[in-house]
Amino acid sequence: MSTNEETFVVGADGLDTDREQEIGQHIGYRYDVNLVPDLKFITPFLQKYIDKMGWKDLNWLEDVHMGYEGDQAAVFDRNINGWVTIPDTITLPDNQQERDMIARELLIKFQMSENHPMVDLNNAYRKF
Amino acid sequence: MATLKEDKSHEMGLHEEQLKGRTQQRFFSVDENENLTYFHSFDVDTSKSGTIDALEMTPREINGEIRALMEKGIGNITVDNPMSRHGVGVGILNRLNLTFSDSLGYFGCGLIDGPNVHIKGRVGWSCAENMMAGTVVIDGNAGSTFGAAIRGGDLVCKGSVGARTGIDQKGGTIIVGGKTGAFSGFMMQRGRMIICGDAGMNLGDSMYDGTIYVGGEVEELGVDCVPGEMTELDVRYLTSKLDLYGMKAPKGVEKMQKYVSGKQLWNYDNLEPSEKKLVL
Repeated sequence: MSTNEETFVVGADGLDTDREQEIGQHIGYRYDVNLVPDLKFITPFLQKYIDKMGWKDLNWLEDVHMGYEGDQAAVFDRNINGWVTIPDTITLPDNQQERDMIARELLIKFQMSENHPMVDLNNAYRKF
Repeated sequence: MATLKEDKSHEMGLHEEQLKGRTQQRFFSVDENENLTYFHSFDVDTSKSGTIDALEMTPREINGEIRALMEKGIGNITVDNPMSRHGVGVGILNRLNLTFSDSLGYFGCGLIDGPNVHIKGRVGWSCAENMMAGTVVIDGNAGSTFGAAIRGGDLVCKGSVGARTGIDQKGGTIIVGGKTGAFSGFMMQRGRMIICGDAGMNLGDSMYDGTIYVGGEVEELGVDCVPGEMTELDVRYLTSKLDLYGMKAPKGVEKMQKYVSGKQLWNYDNLEPSEKKLVL
């Protein structure tokens, strides 16, 4: 995590507007949702995934970015409506585009795992 | 008096889980296997093809037949004679190449997560609503609320679309080759909308976030929708995205206008109502 992000995540100094100061928290998303991906940073795993799916770009992963939860880097998984924290053992680059690609790769590995909570939900509630 | 039915989910203990106070979940392990598809999806082969003649079939039968072919491992399905039926091609949570040889009615290809769909005709209202991932390409025009509440993937209409395109859009990319109607991008929360032609009145009304690119004229901007600054990354992104679907901005990508949220309507916070009363 860069110094700027640490300030943003941990300290109240990162709260910009009066409204944010008042309620003591950030208003908005935990990353720039409008940042369009730079495909030159794509990882081999992601390339394999999009080839398998028959796509020619990142498709839905364009909206996946590296954010944070508490003071840890994390990626939001829409299928569980929660943040999945990134293990400390993974060193993150200092570039948001590269970090986003890592977030996308980790999210795919998590979502496609048999340990994903959706597998239990699928077993419990699937009707047909 | 009605009672809760004990079923499989109760047996699995899912109803005993404490939900309160769990804002942080740590599930990720670096040792996960490298699967490329959902654990519950069908293993299909896109070199295997199948055809469905839908002339005498109900929408339910068409959807059931698509599913039956996927269960057999067929990954390339063509539906002939869809006869503009409503609600077909829905709920597909699988990788699949699906082609409709003619037009669909309303709510076509909704709730999908993964397939690549090609519709060789027009579509009615709310095509690909709540789409999660994949691609949907429509050769003709589309009705109103095109891509309502879309969350991901590429939704492409090569013709023109009706009003309220991408209403409540939460992600993904909507691409329109022609014009779009009034209130497009209404309550948009994130994602991208690329309109090659003109946009009707109240574009991006009450949008919270996301980006709208317009190649033609905008009749009128909605509340809290403001012009944004095109960057070199935007140009590169638009060029490659439109190239993917063989589309062009009439005046060139560089001349497209970008619109974003003015963020005057933002009021995100997760305080409880009682806490809000204390601070406000």
